[in-house]
Amino acid sequence: MKRPSTWLIAAVALLAALVYPFVFSSTEATTIGFFALLYVGLAASWNINGYTGYISLGHSAFFGIGAYTIALFATRLGLQGGYGLFAVALLGGLVAGVAALPLGFIALRVRTMHSFVIITIAYVMMLQLLAYNLESITNGPNGLGVPQPAWSGAFFNIPFYFAALVLAVGTVLLSAWIRGSRFGLGLMAIRDDEDKAAGVGVDTWKYKLTAYVISAIPIGIGGAVYAYFASYIYPQTVFDPTIDLGIVLSVFLGGTGTILGPIVGALIIQPAQQLLTLYTGNLGTAGWDLLLLGALFLVVILLMPSGIVPSLVERARRTSVREAVTKADETTPGAQTAVGGNGTS
Amino acid sequence: MNAVLEIQGVSKRFGGVQALAACSFSVEEGSITSLIGPNGSGKTTLFNTVTGYVPPDEGEVRLRGEAIERLSPDRIYGRGLGRTFQQVRVFPRLTVLENVLVATSRSSLLHAALRRPRRSERDQAMALLEFVRIARLRDVPAGSLSFGQRKLLEIATILVGEPKVLLLDEPAGGINPTMTVQIGDRIRELNRRGITFLVVEHNMEFVMSMSDRVVVMARGKVIAEGAPGEVRENPKVLEAYLGA
Repeated sequence: MKRPSTWLIAAVALLAALVYPFVFSSTEATTIGFFALLYVGLAASWNINGYTGYISLGHSAFFGIGAYTIALFATRLGLQGGYGLFAVALLGGLVAGVAALPLGFIALRVRTMHSFVIITIAYVMMLQLLAYNLESITNGPNGLGVPQPAWSGAFFNIPFYFAALVLAVGTVLLSAWIRGSRFGLGLMAIRDDEDKAAGVGVDTWKYKLTAYVISAIPIGIGGAVYAYFASYIYPQTVFDPTIDLGIVLSVFLGGTGTILGPIVGALIIQPAQQLLTLYTGNLGTAGWDLLLLGALFLVVILLMPSGIVPSLVERARRTSVREAVTKADETTPGAQTAVGGNGTS
Repeated sequence: MNAVLEIQGVSKRFGGVQALAACSFSVEEGSITSLIGPNGSGKTTLFNTVTGYVPPDEGEVRLRGEAIERLSPDRIYGRGLGRTFQQVRVFPRLTVLENVLVATSRSSLLHAALRRPRRSERDQAMALLEFVRIARLRDVPAGSLSFGQRKLLEIATILVGEPKVLLLDEPAGGINPTMTVQIGDRIRELNRRGITFLVVEHNMEFVMSMSDRVVVMARGKVIAEGAPGEVRENPKVLEAYLGA
């Protein structure tokens, strides 16, 4: 991560992101850019919890909480649309983080992956039901509006695009920081062998809960920014399992446990989905995009099961590792295994 | 000599199986004590109760006089008791160096979140890898090490916490004779530096040559203990192994 070429690529990518909305200034192009960057943020944030290997299919719970936070806050306090509402979006992240504490507390009690996945899905369903039924607060199925800014025409998307860019860059930096810290090392140790991690002094329960809570915060902010952009939210549009699928698909496509993976994944999937919706929407058949994404996902699982980024890295590394292990076996007396080639392949 | 680890009347039942039945013995400070016994005699269960993975139904475990039988594994590790696993356990997708760095040695979560491993910690980790002679593999994912190399890595990892007592579950199991000698040599060296060992092992040659004391278990309790020579001659021990 420290090599200058990495920083150079990051700088070029950031520069490209900065000039993109001015080069491609149509509303369609900036909308695609907005969603792509929003999902980079969501996927990178999800991946912080993903470092532990616990797959959550319920982080849209925090997306929805963030969305409802900004809608309720703005309408109840009679706030006007404008740049100030982006600050309220941060509050969405805070509320999501607070909500993640009890939710994580319960979900992380289980030690089997299947139960964890099911519980997290249940959270989305539960919150969606609550949003439907707590009508006095959420306005039920009629949804809530967010005050709109006075920006007009093609410019309308620009502030949202940059808000999503800030969210994406901030979350990726946070994720990278955590991955390089001792905390991150502990999380990945939990992914590899939770009992063993406890055996070398990692407080696994506290680590997992902390990662879960941290990963909820940028997603809550993302939900709030989305609600502001969409101008109106309904229970089924923000507590939405397809948001979870979008996030998880991005991370898996790019590669779990890596910093670059969620970025690559989200930048492929979101534009693809938006373009497909844009160009197949008038064919009268909804769902073309999901069908093609499913096919893409299958191809990746078949050819690169660990995701694009790790597969490419692994290909480059495999040869050098094999050489190193064999060399060490030759030079360290008795370092060979007696129980048949455990993993040098 | 005083006892660094005391196990008193520890019992554990799994459904209809009495894995440990009022098991009692103690480990003298500075010793290498071996724990032997036929398969299913409760050795690994005992390790699990002592290290906090399985709470005992009854009984006490004291480390340097303090009761530890209700503590979690990470707390027990923090108090200076480390263990290895029978099926060697490393973090396969972390590099060899990262495996050692995971061992946090009593740093708080906030501390861990805010900083990267320090230079001194890396140096310590490298020194430990040098000690077990796998330093040249530092950047290799642990999953691609050979079985014997993984055992050495596991020992290096445990040593980060500067444990006073180490529990090794079959350190010589499943590896070739040369590697067995190398691991035995490292254990003796650590023992010279003041670490007390409790070792479960089936390799009798290894047990007899390494141990100061031998504790023999059968059906969840201790049936004999003493110097290696005494235990070897004990008729109860032969009976337990031969199933008379």
